[in-house]
Amino acid sequence: MWPPVFQAKVENAQPQEVSPEPASRLQSLRDRDTVTRFDRAVSILPQLSAMIASKGVPTAEEAYNFFTFNFEPDPQEETEKISRKRKKQKKASEGGDEEGGEDDDEQEDAESEEAPLVRDEEGDLFVIEQSSQDFLEVKKAEYIGYRKCIQQESELLFRPSFRTVPTSIKLPENMKPRFLEDEGLYAGERPPVSLTNENILENRILKTEEGKKWFGDDGRIMALPDPIKESSTRPPLFQMEEDVDPALHTVYRKAVKSKYAYLYIAGSADPEGDYQLDVDVSGLIFSHHPLFSREHVLGARLAQLYDQYLTRQHNNLTGHLTDKLNGSRIALRNMLNVHGSQSLTPVMQQRISEYSLEVRNTRQLRDSEQEKDRTLLKNIVKVWKELKAQRDLQKYTNTPFKLYLRRENVDRASDEREYEDEILAEVVELEAESEEDYQRKLAEYKTQLEEWKLWRRKQVPARATLINQQMLEDEDQEASESEGPVEEGHPKPEPPEKPDFDSIEQQVREKASRIRRKPGEAILIPELSASGNITASELCPRPETARREDVTRRSLFIKILYNDKEVSRTDSRSLNSDFKVHFGQIFNLKIVNCPQSISLQVFEEIGSSCSLLAQVYIPVPEPSVLTGNGTLEEFEFSSNQRVMFDHDGVGSDVPLSFEADGSNKQTLLTSGKLSCCVSWGIGEDDVPLAPPVSQQPGGLHSGLGRLDAVTYIGASGLYDMKKIGEWATQSRLDPNDPKNGSIMQLLKLASSGEVTAPEYFRLEQLQEEFNFVTDEELERSKRFRLLRLRSQEVAEFRNYKCVPALEREVTDKVFQEYERRLKEGEEIDTRDHLDPQRARKAKQHQKIREAVINRFILAKHHFLLSDLVIEEEIPSPGYVILGLNLFKLAEPKRPLKPQRKERKKVTAQNLSNGDIKLLVNIIRAYDVPVRRPQSGRPGQSSQTAIQGSDWLISQVKYTSIKLFHTADCQQDLFLHLVQVRPFVEVSFQRTVLQTTTAEGPNPCWNEELQLPFSAPNGDYSTASLQSVKDEVFINIFDEVVYETGSIHTRVEKHWLGSVKIPFSTIYSQSRIDGTFKVNTPAVLLGYSKERSHGTNGGYDALRSLSEGAFITLFITIEPQLVPGETIREKVSRIQFDSQEDEHLLQAAERFERDAARVYLDRPCITTVIDLNGKTVFITRYIKPLNPPQELLDAFPENSQEATALVARFVSLIPSLPDRVSFSGTCDLWSTCGEFLTLLAGDEEEHAVLLCNYFLSMGKKAWLIIGTAIPEGPTAYVLTYEQSRYLIWNPSSGQYYGQYDTFCPLQTVGSLVNADNVWLNIQEYTSPMTINFDVSKANLWKPFFSRSFTHPGLSSVQVNKTHLLSHLALHSIEKILKEKIMEWRPRHPTRWNRYCTSTLKQFLPKLELSGGQDMAEGHRHELQSLLGDHRISGFPLHLPFSEIGPIIEAVHSTGVHNIQGSNVEFALAVYVHPYPNHVLSVWVYLASLVRT
Amino acid sequence: MATGNPSVFLLTVNGQIEGANFPEYDNLYCKYCFVYGHDWAPTSGLEEGITQITCKGSQSSHRLIWNFPLETTFKSTNPSGWPQLVVSVYGLDVFGNDVVRGYGVTHIPFTPGQHTRTIPMFVPEPTWRLQKFTSWLLGRRPEYTDPKVVAQGEGREVTRVRSQGFVTVSFHIMTKDMKKLGYDTGPSSPLNTPSATSGWSTEEQQYTT
Repeated sequence: MWPPVFQAKVENAQPQEVSPEPASRLQSLRDRDTVTRFDRAVSILPQLSAMIASKGVPTAEEAYNFFTFNFEPDPQEETEKISRKRKKQKKASEGGDEEGGEDDDEQEDAESEEAPLVRDEEGDLFVIEQSSQDFLEVKKAEYIGYRKCIQQESELLFRPSFRTVPTSIKLPENMKPRFLEDEGLYAGERPPVSLTNENILENRILKTEEGKKWFGDDGRIMALPDPIKESSTRPPLFQMEEDVDPALHTVYRKAVKSKYAYLYIAGSADPEGDYQLDVDVSGLIFSHHPLFSREHVLGARLAQLYDQYLTRQHNNLTGHLTDKLNGSRIALRNMLNVHGSQSLTPVMQQRISEYSLEVRNTRQLRDSEQEKDRTLLKNIVKVWKELKAQRDLQKYTNTPFKLYLRRENVDRASDEREYEDEILAEVVELEAESEEDYQRKLAEYKTQLEEWKLWRRKQVPARATLINQQMLEDEDQEASESEGPVEEGHPKPEPPEKPDFDSIEQQVREKASRIRRKPGEAILIPELSASGNITASELCPRPETARREDVTRRSLFIKILYNDKEVSRTDSRSLNSDFKVHFGQIFNLKIVNCPQSISLQVFEEIGSSCSLLAQVYIPVPEPSVLTGNGTLEEFEFSSNQRVMFDHDGVGSDVPLSFEADGSNKQTLLTSGKLSCCVSWGIGEDDVPLAPPVSQQPGGLHSGLGRLDAVTYIGASGLYDMKKIGEWATQSRLDPNDPKNGSIMQLLKLASSGEVTAPEYFRLEQLQEEFNFVTDEELERSKRFRLLRLRSQEVAEFRNYKCVPALEREVTDKVFQEYERRLKEGEEIDTRDHLDPQRARKAKQHQKIREAVINRFILAKHHFLLSDLVIEEEIPSPGYVILGLNLFKLAEPKRPLKPQRKERKKVTAQNLSNGDIKLLVNIIRAYDVPVRRPQSGRPGQSSQTAIQGSDWLISQVKYTSIKLFHTADCQQDLFLHLVQVRPFVEVSFQRTVLQTTTAEGPNPCWNEELQLPFSAPNGDYSTASLQSVKDEVFINIFDEVVYETGSIHTRVEKHWLGSVKIPFSTIYSQSRIDGTFKVNTPAVLLGYSKERSHGTNGGYDALRSLSEGAFITLFITIEPQLVPGETIREKVSRIQFDSQEDEHLLQAAERFERDAARVYLDRPCITTVIDLNGKTVFITRYIKPLNPPQELLDAFPENSQEATALVARFVSLIPSLPDRVSFSGTCDLWSTCGEFLTLLAGDEEEHAVLLCNYFLSMGKKAWLIIGTAIPEGPTAYVLTYEQSRYLIWNPSSGQYYGQYDTFCPLQTVGSLVNADNVWLNIQEYTSPMTINFDVSKANLWKPFFSRSFTHPGLSSVQVNKTHLLSHLALHSIEKILKEKIMEWRPRHPTRWNRYCTSTLKQFLPKLELSGGQDMAEGHRHELQSLLGDHRISGFPLHLPFSEIGPIIEAVHSTGVHNIQGSNVEFALAVYVHPYPNHVLSVWVYLASLVRT
Repeated sequence: MATGNPSVFLLTVNGQIEGANFPEYDNLYCKYCFVYGHDWAPTSGLEEGITQITCKGSQSSHRLIWNFPLETTFKSTNPSGWPQLVVSVYGLDVFGNDVVRGYGVTHIPFTPGQHTRTIPMFVPEPTWRLQKFTSWLLGRRPEYTDPKVVAQGEGREVTRVRSQGFVTVSFHIMTKDMKKLGYDTGPSSPLNTPSATSGWSTEEQQYTT
C-alpha cells in the first residue's frame, strides 16, 4: 500500500480531482446489489485486463488520479470499480468519451506498475472465482407484502375478538340463561375483571374443545367469589421518616434453643432441679463378627451353649419340677390312702382328679426340661468335638477355649433303684391315666352306640316310604361324608381299644433312656475354660495372619443418644482377638427434657472410616434405680450387614458350613452383647437426681393420659365433679403433692357436698373473686370512707393529704367536723351566733354557696383549649398586629429605655409554707391626726405643761384654724407644741410587723415589710388561695413616750386609724398600688384630726371634698402567683340555661369581645350570672327600688341627708367578695332581694342596690363598671345632681366628686342603667378626665343602638318590703371584754364603769350623726373624766355580720397591748338596728391612765 | 429504722434522663418534674430540675445526651397517685427563641430494679394554620399552661398534638415497706417468698435464667 504521507500530499495537491467522485459513489450505492467480497476480484480483474488490452500509456495526470485511488478493500472502492465497469460498458456502446478514455489510461498506468503483483496472484484469484460462481447464487431479497403476511398469519394465529360473545353461543342449545341472584339464591360477588378482558377470555375459551363447560348457567364464565377483603386485615405499618417507632424496632436476638422446649420434667424450673442420668458403658462382646474364623464361630457357639448350660444349672428347673412332682405324688397317695376305703365324696374326687392332673402336667414339664438338659449337654460335647476337629484341621488354635467334662461317679445301686422307682411310678400313673381314658372313651362309645341303634331303627321304615327323599338325603350325606357307611347316616361307633399296659412301660423306658442318663452312669459336668493357648501369628498360615491383622486394625466406639440426640461417645477401643471390647466409661447426663429414648450406637472404625454396626435401645430406668444399686445388663444386638473376606474371616451374612461336604450351611450375622447400665444419678448430698414417680417418663404412655385431667376426661368433664373424682382416684394423685393441692381441695369439697355445680349460667363468673372485701366491710372501713369522700371532693377532704395506709390510723376525729356539718344541715346551731336570724341567713348563704360550688366543680372539669394550651392569639385582620410583632423582631435586645417587665409568675402548685411572702411597701401618709395637748398633768415636761395649761386656748385655736385657715404664726407655734410620732404596723395572719417611727402628720416611711403567708391547710391551689379570707390590716399608731420617774420611759402606742385590704384582693390584683383613705375613727380621744398646713396650698384645693388621713401603699405577693382565672367564660359556654334571647347573647358576647380587644383595661360587662347560674343581661338588674321608708322619713326635708343615709344603709350590709364566698369560681350577681335576704354580697350587689334606691329617689343614676383600688374590677354608682357628677363607693357609703384626687375609682369602663350599656370609647379612663355624658356617641358606645334596639327586657328585681328589726345585741360587749382580758393574760384588766357608761351614751349620737362632727360635744362630755385620767380611745364602726370580724378589728387596734399598772379600760358597744336586719355596730374602746 | 408496723412506704427513684432522640432539632435541654397524688410526699431529693443544653455529636447518630441524674425519695400511704415523671424538652429555634420541643410523661416503675423507659414526646399544635405560621415566625409556639397537664387525663380532649422525638430515662427503683403494707409489686416468684427484712431492700430481685 501507499505510504499515508504520500497519499495526503496528493490529496492536497489535487482537491478538484477528488470532488467528482462522491457523485458516482452515491450512484453506485444506489444501484448496488448484494455483493460479496469475492466480487471484488471478479470485478477488478476483467477491468484491469480490459484496461491493458484497450489502451497504451496513460497521462501523468491520469496516473496520479489512479494512484490516489484507495485500493484498500472497502466497499467504496468496490463500488467505484463497479461504476467504472458500468461506465465502461456504456462507453463501449457509445463509442467512448473522454473521461472513459482517461479512466482507461489511468488504469493502464496502474497496471504497468502493478503488473507483477497482480500477475502473481492471478492463479489464486481464478480459483476463487471459479468456486464462487459454482456455489453462489445472487438473488434479490424476497419481500412479502403486509396484507399477504397478515393473511398467512391468520391461517396460523388466532386472535380472540374483544367483542361480547352472545349468550346463546356460550350456552348449550335451547337453554335460557338462568340468573341465580334473580332466583333469590346467594351468588358471591365476582372479582372485578374488565369487560374487554372477559370478552377476550370468553372468545378464547369458545375456540377450544369443550369450551362451553367453562360457562355457568347464567352464561358467564364461572368464577369464585371475590376473595379480596375490602378492608385490610393486617395492621398497617407506619414508617416514620427516619426512625422506626422504637416499639417496632426489630431486635436481633440470637436463636436460643429453649431449655424447656417441650415435655419438661415438672418442677425442673428451679435450676437445681435438673436430673441426672448415669450411663455406664462397660463393654461389649461379639457373639459373631465378620472377622471370626471358623474356630471362633465354633468357640462362640460353645461359649454360648455353655452359658446356657450355666444358666440352666443356676435355675435348676429340672430339680424344682422333680421336687414338685414328688410332692404332688405323695400328697395324692396320702389322700388315696386316707380315703381309699371309704366312698369318696364328690369334693374329694374333684381334688384327687385335680392332683392327678397336676402330677401329669408337672411330669410332662419335668420331662421336657430334662430332655433339654440332656440335649444341651450333648450339644456342648458335640461342638467341642467339632472345635477340636477344626483345630486339628487347621493346625493352629485361635481360641483359648477348653472344655473339661468332669465326671461325678454315683452309687450305682441306689441310682438304679431310683431310676426304676421313677419309671414304675410313671408307669403306674400312665396306666391309671390310660385306664381312665379308656373308661371315658368306653362311656362315650356306649352312648354313641345307643344313638346309632336308635337311628338304625328309624331308618328302616323311612326308606320304604320315602325313597325319593332318601335319595336326596343320601346325596347330601354323600357330599358330607365321603367315606363311611354309605347306607347309614351314622357310622357305627367302634369300641375303644383296651390300653396296652406293656407298651406303656415300654414307652416310658424308651423315653427315660432318651432324656435321662442311664442308671449308674457318671454325671457329666462340663467346665469351659479359656486357658488354652493361642497359636502365635508367625506359626499361622497366611490367610489367618491376614485375618488377625484385620482384627487389630479395627476399633469400636459407642455413641450415646438421648432423645435421638447424640450426647456423648466413648473413646475408641481396639478390637481384641477374642472380640471383646472393654469401655468402662460412665457418662453423667444432666437432663431437662423427659427421657423418651436412650440408645447406644455401636460404631466400628477401620482406619479412618467408621460404620454403624448396630443400635441398642435401652429402657429408661425406674426412678428407684440409682447409680449405686444399678446392675450391669447385657443387651444383645445384631447387624445384617453382609461382609465377606478373602482371608480366614468367615464374614457376616455369608453361608458357612462346617461339614466336610459343605452341607448344612449356616448363615451367621454379626451380633453381640453390649453390657451397660443406665441409672439415675445421686447428687452431692445423696439426693437422688431422679424425677418424681408421677413424672416418670416410664409412665409416659400409661400415666401421661391420666395425669392430665383434660386429656383424660375431656374439657367438658372438668365441670363434672364426679368425673374429676373418678379421674383423681384412677390416676392415684398424690394428695401430698402441692401441685395437686387445688384438685384435692376441690374433691374434698365436692365429696362433702358443700359445693354443687351451679345450675345456672353466670355472665360474670369472676365477679365475686374481684370483690376484695364485701360491701359492708367497705362501708365500715374508715379509710375507704376517707378516700371516697376525698374523691367526691367534699369540702373538708378535698385536699386531704396522706390518707393513712392502715385502717387503725384513721382517727374518728377526722370525720367529726364533717359529720357535724351534715347534722347541722337540719338544725341550725344558734349557739355560736349572737343573732339567730343572722345564723339562719348564714346557713342559707352557706347552702347557696355549696350549690354553686358543686355546680362549678362540674364546670371546672370541662376544659377549653385555652385552659391547657397557651398560644398566640390569631391576629385579627383589622389590626396589623403581625406587622407590629415583626417590628419587635428588629428590636434591640437591650433597649435604651427598657420597658418594665412582668415578674415571672409562679404556678401555685409547687409552693409550701414560707415560700410566699406578702410585700407591703409603706411609702407615706398624709394628714395623720395629731396629739391634742392635755391638761393638768403633774410631772409633765415643760412642753406638755404648756399644752396642758391651755386646753381652751388650743380648742379655740383649733376651731379658728379649721375655720379660717390662717395665722401662720399660730400654726408654727402649734406645730412646735403638738407632735405626732406615727408608725405603721401591718398585721396579717397574726403576724405583726412595724415600721420605724416617723415624725409629724405627714410622715414618709418608704419601708418595705415582708410578711409570711401560709395558706389554709397548706393547700396552695388556686381555688384555695382565692378563698383565703384573711385581711391585711395596716394600722397607723402614734408612739407616745412617757417618762416615768427619771430613768424609765414607758412607750405607749395609740391607734390612729387603719386600712384593711383583703388578701383575696391582693391575690387577684397581684399588686396594689395607691393612696388609700385611712379609716380613722370618728372620735379620737386625745387627737385632733388636724389638717396639716404645709406650704403647698394648691394641693389642698384638690382635697376639697375628701377629709381624713391618707396613706400611700404598695402591696404585692412575692413570688407572683398566677391569679385564678374566672370561669365566667366557661360557665357561659357550658350554658347554664339562659332565658335571654340567643341573638342578645350573641350580641353581648360580640360587644364584650370587641371591647376587650380594643380596650384591654376597660372592664365591660353585659351579661352576668345570677345565683341560679343563669345568664342574665345586666340591664335587668337596674330598676328603681324603694329604700326603707324610715330612712326617707329620717330627713324628710333634706334630700342630701337622706341620700347619705341610704348610702350608709347600703354600706352597712356586710361585704363578702364572691371569690371568697364562692371560692373564686365566678362573679355571681344576686338580685337586690336576694342580697337583702342573704345580707352579704359583693361590691356589685351593693352598687346595684344603691343605684336602684337612688333611681327610686328620683336621681339620675348609673352603674359604673370600672376598676378601683384596692378592689380591682368593681362597680360604683354615678349620680348626676346639681349639674355635677358624684361617684359613690357603695361599700363605704362615701361619695366623691368627679375631680376628687383621692377617689378610689381609677378607671371607668362602662356605664349601665336600666336601658342600655355604654362602653367608654374616650381616650382616657380616669374619672377626672372623662366626660360622663352618655348621649355623645363618639364618647360612649351604646350596646342598644338604632340598629339593635332594646328588646324591652323586664327587670329581675322585685320591690321588697323591708322588715323592721328591733334587735339589740348585748352579748357583744361581754364577749369583747372577755377577749381583751384573754389577750392580756399576764396583766389584770380593770374596767372603768363610769367611762364605759359615758361612752355608751355617746355612741347612739355618733350613729345618728353618721360619725361626723361629734367630736366637740363628746369631748366636753368626757371633760370630767379627763381631769384625772389621760384617756385615749376611739369608736369603731362596723357593719355586723358575725362576731369574728369585730373581734379581729378590736384586736388589730392593739388597745390591749397597753401595759402599765394603772391602766383602765373602757369598752362600750352599741348596735343600731336598721331595717331589714342591717345592723350597725359601734364599739368604743378607750384606755385610761390615771395621772 | 426497723419499725415493726410501718405506716408509710418509701419509694426511692434513682436514675437519669439519659438522652433524647429528636431527629429534627438540636441544642435542646430538658426540664423534669414529678406529679403525684394527694397521699404522696417527697422526702428527699429534687422534685424539679433542668438539664444542660446539649447538641448532637458529630459521630453519634441522632442522640442527644444529657445524663441528668434523678434522685428522689417519696413516701406515701397509698399507691393511688403513683408518681409520674413529666419531662419537657425545650430548645432554641432559628430566631433564637426558646420554644418547646416536646412534652412527655411516664409513670415511675413500681417494681424494684432497673428499668429503662423511652418516652414518646409530643407538642401541642396550633389551632389554625395561620397561627402555625405566626407562631413559627414569632417563636411563640403553643405551650401547655403547665407541663403537668400531660400527667392528667382530664381536659386533654381539647388539645391536638404532634408527636416529636423520644426521651430515654433509666430508673433504679427501690421500695421499702410496701410488702408490709400489703402491696406486692415484685415479680411473681412461685417458690420462695423472701422473708420480710428490715431496712432497704430491693424486694425480690430474682432473675431466673
